[in-house]
Amino acid sequence: MTPFTLARPESLEAARRAFAGDAAFLAGGHTLIPAMKSGLRSVETLVDLARVPGLDSIRREGDRLVVGAMARHAAVAASPLVNATIPGLARLAAGIGDPQVRRRGTIGGSIANNDPAADYPAAVLALDAIIETSEGTHAADDFFQGMFATALGDGEIITAVHFRVPHAFAYAKFRHPASRYALAGVAVARFPEGVRVAVTGVAYSVFRWTEAEEALSASLDAELPTLARDDLTSDIHASGEYRAHLARVMLARALAGVRG
Amino acid sequence: MDDLAQSVLVQWRVNGVLHELDVLPGQSLMDVLRDALRLTGTHMGCMTGHCGACTVMIDGRIAKSCIAQAATLPRAEIRTIEGLMGPDGRLSPVQQAFWDEAGFQCGYCAPGMLFSAIELLSETPDPTDAEIDSALAGSLCRCTGYQSLRRAVRAAARALRETP
Repeated sequence: MTPFTLARPESLEAARRAFAGDAAFLAGGHTLIPAMKSGLRSVETLVDLARVPGLDSIRREGDRLVVGAMARHAAVAASPLVNATIPGLARLAAGIGDPQVRRRGTIGGSIANNDPAADYPAAVLALDAIIETSEGTHAADDFFQGMFATALGDGEIITAVHFRVPHAFAYAKFRHPASRYALAGVAVARFPEGVRVAVTGVAYSVFRWTEAEEALSASLDAELPTLARDDLTSDIHASGEYRAHLARVMLARALAGVRG
Repeated sequence: MDDLAQSVLVQWRVNGVLHELDVLPGQSLMDVLRDALRLTGTHMGCMTGHCGACTVMIDGRIAKSCIAQAATLPRAEIRTIEGLMGPDGRLSPVQQAFWDEAGFQCGYCAPGMLFSAIELLSETPDPTDAEIDSALAGSLCRCTGYQSLRRAVRAAARALRETP
């Protein structure tokens, strides 16, 4: 790893100030640290967010479930409030990575990284979330902007994710057995005005599956559409055609979880 | 900011022994345990947080020490695989169960498998096979085929339930 300076600020303001030059924020580190070790990423300043107070709180605010950016996956999975409010979100968190990763990894880190096969982005998009940051807010629909790309500006820190509490929510993924990322993951949220469906793992970035949303908003018993896109991921793990097939199967499984 | 990385003084209790150490940004917990404290039972595997061979306990929770940055842990209680055996040198019940059921072959994955099993059994005294698989998911074994690992965790669970 190339040498860097470590900053451990104790306030959000100090964290913003510490971010200067070629800098990165450190949350759980399970993506960033391996990238730094392999030379894919080098930083002059690493800003550890662990000491910034209040970033790991989980609370209810009106029709929103607010999950702090530094809430660890294991904490979300075990949270009585999450389990009572959006149980499918707790189950999603319980299925990320492995036990060691869930003790370190955070929701803020996951969505800031926006890995095309990560689990949380699908939930954030399906649950019509608002991403709160040090600079303001982003709607989930505008936040994810492509492979590892988001609407975050330089030095902008995610502080919380405000999930809209749905009638029902479920996430189903077909997991790569080694990496434990999604080969295909589908999140389905049922709201008063209709159904939102988000898909991860099958293309360059998480996306809303509008054909599925239209069909299921008309009727939960609608015939499920076939996923047709020209940017399906094909790699050594699965062809694009197979991922599209899996997406339809995962849609059916998630749908079973929101029928209520 | 200085051009040179600054060292950080950390205070760790490692397997019950207090250490004060100067560590550098970029050094992982694993680096310091192996190089400064010579606790080489914490194995260096993939270095990317996938294989689990570097697993230790930090403040009572299992973690991959190749990812944990030493300088982010000013004070910590750390337990390594060297700290599992009793003061009389005897294997702990979980280690003994792994020994009896051939849960080790080459032994490289042992830190991750043992700590994962210990954490699982502290919360789930009588785990199902699915719970065992899920608990061990953070460690890769290339010898046993996992069947003997499952048997070892089941045997460890029985042993712990029978010893008060």
